[in-house]
Amino acid sequence: MEICGCNGVSKGTILDAVAGGTCTGLVQQVMALTLGGAVADAPAGMCKCTDHSHEDVRRLIRSMGLKSVPAVMQELGWKSVGGCHSCRPALNYYLLTEYPLEYQDDRQSRFVNERNHTNIQKNGTYSVVARMWGGVTTPAELRAIADAAEKYDVPMVKDTGGQRIGLLGVRKEDLPHMWADLNAAGMVSGAACSKGLRTVKTCVGKEFCRVGMQDSTSLGIRLEKRMWGSWTPHKLKLGVSGCPRNCAEATCKDIGVVCVDSGYNIVIGGAAEMEVRETEHLASTPSEDEAVAIILAVTQLYRENARYLDRIWKWMGKAGLDWIRAQIDDPATRAALVERFEISQSVYRRDAWADLSTPSETAR
Amino acid sequence: MTIFVDIGSLDDIPRQGARLFKTAGGCVAVFRTMDDQVFALEDRCPHKGGPLSEGIVHGTSVTCPLHNWVFDMNSGAAQGADKGRVRTYPVRVQGGRILLDATLIRTRSAA
Repeated sequence: MEICGCNGVSKGTILDAVAGGTCTGLVQQVMALTLGGAVADAPAGMCKCTDHSHEDVRRLIRSMGLKSVPAVMQELGWKSVGGCHSCRPALNYYLLTEYPLEYQDDRQSRFVNERNHTNIQKNGTYSVVARMWGGVTTPAELRAIADAAEKYDVPMVKDTGGQRIGLLGVRKEDLPHMWADLNAAGMVSGAACSKGLRTVKTCVGKEFCRVGMQDSTSLGIRLEKRMWGSWTPHKLKLGVSGCPRNCAEATCKDIGVVCVDSGYNIVIGGAAEMEVRETEHLASTPSEDEAVAIILAVTQLYRENARYLDRIWKWMGKAGLDWIRAQIDDPATRAALVERFEISQSVYRRDAWADLSTPSETAR
Repeated sequence: MTIFVDIGSLDDIPRQGARLFKTAGGCVAVFRTMDDQVFALEDRCPHKGGPLSEGIVHGTSVTCPLHNWVFDMNSGAAQGADKGRVRTYPVRVQGGRILLDATLIRTRSAA
């Protein structure tokens, strides 16, 4: 019987490995730990490089005013030289969130997909996904994508789960040229692989749909244009459905909006990954402007508080929906969160492709 | 005796980064550590063929971008529970220039 579908580990393999050995008890504890049992305490350190937890590191970055990856490692007594692939991306994220205006993003602490602004495939080629605001496109954009696909011999053109068109199997040396072509057609990086704002999926909404309650398409575009480029602890996917029939599947997104006759229901903490979860209700408002403010505020709250690589549902399980709601419901706190989000966006709401799309420059 | 050829400047590689050097025998990933040591490894993870040149460099190790196998760049050996070894090539830095084993360029590698 296959136990692990990712690595093809069978029950027999596990039994053979532990049979009669002294590790049986330890394996039991690992299982209990993995399954959420109370047998063992979770290891405190964020990785083997430090005994400090994510939460401690973040608190100390703030209180000690640490402003670079080497400074964090030096001052907090990192046990390794230069950290590891686990802590470095986390530290880079914590620093850029804490000091958006001062901190210089460390590309060498980025996972390849974020360093190269594309998604690495199993054979070392890349997928290129341009942003389609709210999943809406134009004949001109489609032509530009088709031209790029032909020009660079793209082996597969595929719709993505987030209402985009993916160009798969692109050679690395072609990336800057392809980006330049897509930029010239007015398109920007879809950040389809980042720990950041991914897509805002929408349904048709009341502009065309006979049952749409609100203009979900426009709201989705508006949200995406405010939020694109922002880095988050893990991927952030949004959905806006124009009525409770929920064609945009908003109730399994990290943040969703379900439009109703009286306005907008904002829901958070959904997932459709290995974990499948329905969102929970955060707030309702009759005003589209307020809906946007609530979503920006909860995004910033998530950015500032969640552990790196926790999606909203996981963060919500630790922080508590009541606490999250209390922050969002307080007018001053909400306004401050929106303001801090905008400060960060003044730096990060820009196209990474454009920085690297000169044909002479190769992305690294 | 190993003969070395100049393949570029140390400054061409960002610290904790890599550049790819294409030879008739395959792609060589040339890495630069935070303290300016340089290593040359075959750009192919023995696990599933991932391009190590795209991995995160930490200390004198690199993590494969596909499935997080970690290799000691001194020996090319996989670390931790993973078993495997990636080929390493003689490389040195002299006067800010990177010098790579010339046999890589002259002949097709048997690897």
